[in-house]
Amino acid sequence: MEKIAIVGAAQTKYESRKADQTFYDMVFDVTTAALEDAGLTLADIDNIITVSNDFLDGRTISSMAVGEAAGAHDKNISTVEGDGTFGAFYGAMRVLGGFRSTLVVAHSKGSEGNPQFISNAMFDPIYHRPLGLDTTSAAALQANAYLTRYGITEEQCAQVAVKNHGNARHNPLAHQPLEISVEEVLRSPKVADPLKLLDCSPVSDGAAALIIGNEEIARKAKTKPAWVKGVAHCAEEYFLGDRDLANPKALRDAAKRAYQMAGIRDPRREIDVAEVYDAFSYMEPLWLEGLGLCDPGQGGQLTESGLTAMNGALPVNPSGGVLSAHALLVAGLARLIEASLQIRGEAGAHQIPGVKTALAHGTHGPCGQSHCIWILGES
Amino acid sequence: MSAPELLTMTSPDVGMPYEWSIGIYGSKFFQEIRAHQRFVGIRCPQCGKVRVPPRRVCGTCFRELDELVPLPPTGTIIAFTIVNYPFIDPATGLERPVPYTYGYIQLDGADNIFSHIINETDETRIKVGMRVRAVFKPAAEMQGNIQDIRHFEIIEVKHGE
Ligand SMILES: [Zn+2]
Repeated sequence: MEKIAIVGAAQTKYESRKADQTFYDMVFDVTTAALEDAGLTLADIDNIITVSNDFLDGRTISSMAVGEAAGAHDKNISTVEGDGTFGAFYGAMRVLGGFRSTLVVAHSKGSEGNPQFISNAMFDPIYHRPLGLDTTSAAALQANAYLTRYGITEEQCAQVAVKNHGNARHNPLAHQPLEISVEEVLRSPKVADPLKLLDCSPVSDGAAALIIGNEEIARKAKTKPAWVKGVAHCAEEYFLGDRDLANPKALRDAAKRAYQMAGIRDPRREIDVAEVYDAFSYMEPLWLEGLGLCDPGQGGQLTESGLTAMNGALPVNPSGGVLSAHALLVAGLARLIEASLQIRGEAGAHQIPGVKTALAHGTHGPCGQSHCIWILGES
Repeated sequence: MSAPELLTMTSPDVGMPYEWSIGIYGSKFFQEIRAHQRFVGIRCPQCGKVRVPPRRVCGTCFRELDELVPLPPTGTIIAFTIVNYPFIDPATGLERPVPYTYGYIQLDGADNIFSHIINETDETRIKVGMRVRAVFKPAAEMQGNIQDIRHFEIIEVKHGE
């Protein structure tokens, strides 16, 4: 593969309601900030990928409303309706296909629509939607299946919430930095058994942008490039009932291909930091199992053992993760940006020392229907 | 300087009605419930898997399917969640009382998993692995939709059985 790199990035602060900003405003802010971060101008950007969802934005072909705010006037623009990591995947393909550079920008304002209604509308209208299934109740089913299969405890899930909200205290952009105890997570209101309020991510408003470039653009940018060593995605069945919810098969497939491309044989040893899509606390251990960073059923012990802590051997979600800021569609792109900042050594107070290889994970569809894995390196 | 006054606009409270086709096998699924109070799945001739509700294609084998198989109204709980937040039922526009229990149920004879409501909201009385049975509406009240199944109920295991 020809060399491509992430050469610039920006995120808004994540908040529950950005009353003073339209999504057009947010897209403009992160686009200009990503260009400034890279030390590039719009003339260096060959094409634009936007990431949006018509239901969330409340308008048809929502991408067209943000094109000019994303600097797309007179440029080739295309859109992904899915998590931002998939938008970035499309962007990477375009650079590999001959463009010098792609700017990828994702936005959402959960505060403006009704995320519960929209996530219910993601399901099949004949068999599932009338029963009330939405992202949260589907996740609760997955948590029940996963905890039951391996004897993983609610305490172990609560430890993930404590760790990630704690890490968020070192990330000024996080929506919910919290100093909480396992007891407080366990005592928080039951949302859908076994999920309690503090096991669930907030709905945030926010936007993020990054620039992917070829070697020429990487040389021109003022940043240290975060080189793309491997990237892959995979999806599984739409009907939850066709899937084994406690075994993230699509994630295993995507991770295997990304590792292969990056030449990684022992991911547990070779990856220095991981940012994963922990929309609910149980997802972090489940995804770590799917990523092959531990054996199936062993994910629950990783927080307790300290392995995934900020100062552990494999820090996971030093930014605070999705549990601490969840702008839909944006959250995976944020993981990728955080991984690139770790490679650059510019993650601020949540920088992990000496990161050479970083993993970013995004997911889309209920209970991790599809996954996109990125491996970034410093050379 | 005082903060500028920022206006918002609320959309009118109207929904957009759809008329979704249920298809030949989906129609059969609901017709079997009405006629025989039982389920129907579909078998793949290549991998042998029976999936419910029935659909036209086996995604794994990428083969068109046509062998419908009747399935009994009984199954096993694979996962469940007791939901504590309200839900506006899109079929009625009414808020469903909470809590309610959403079940992930493997019907006897099926290889994939079906989902529906289970009428048990006491977490000490429901467990993964329990046997359940579908409770249907009276045939005269059935409308050919998923609510023709009222819910699933836990099959009490009698002592000595
Ligand atoms: Zn088959």
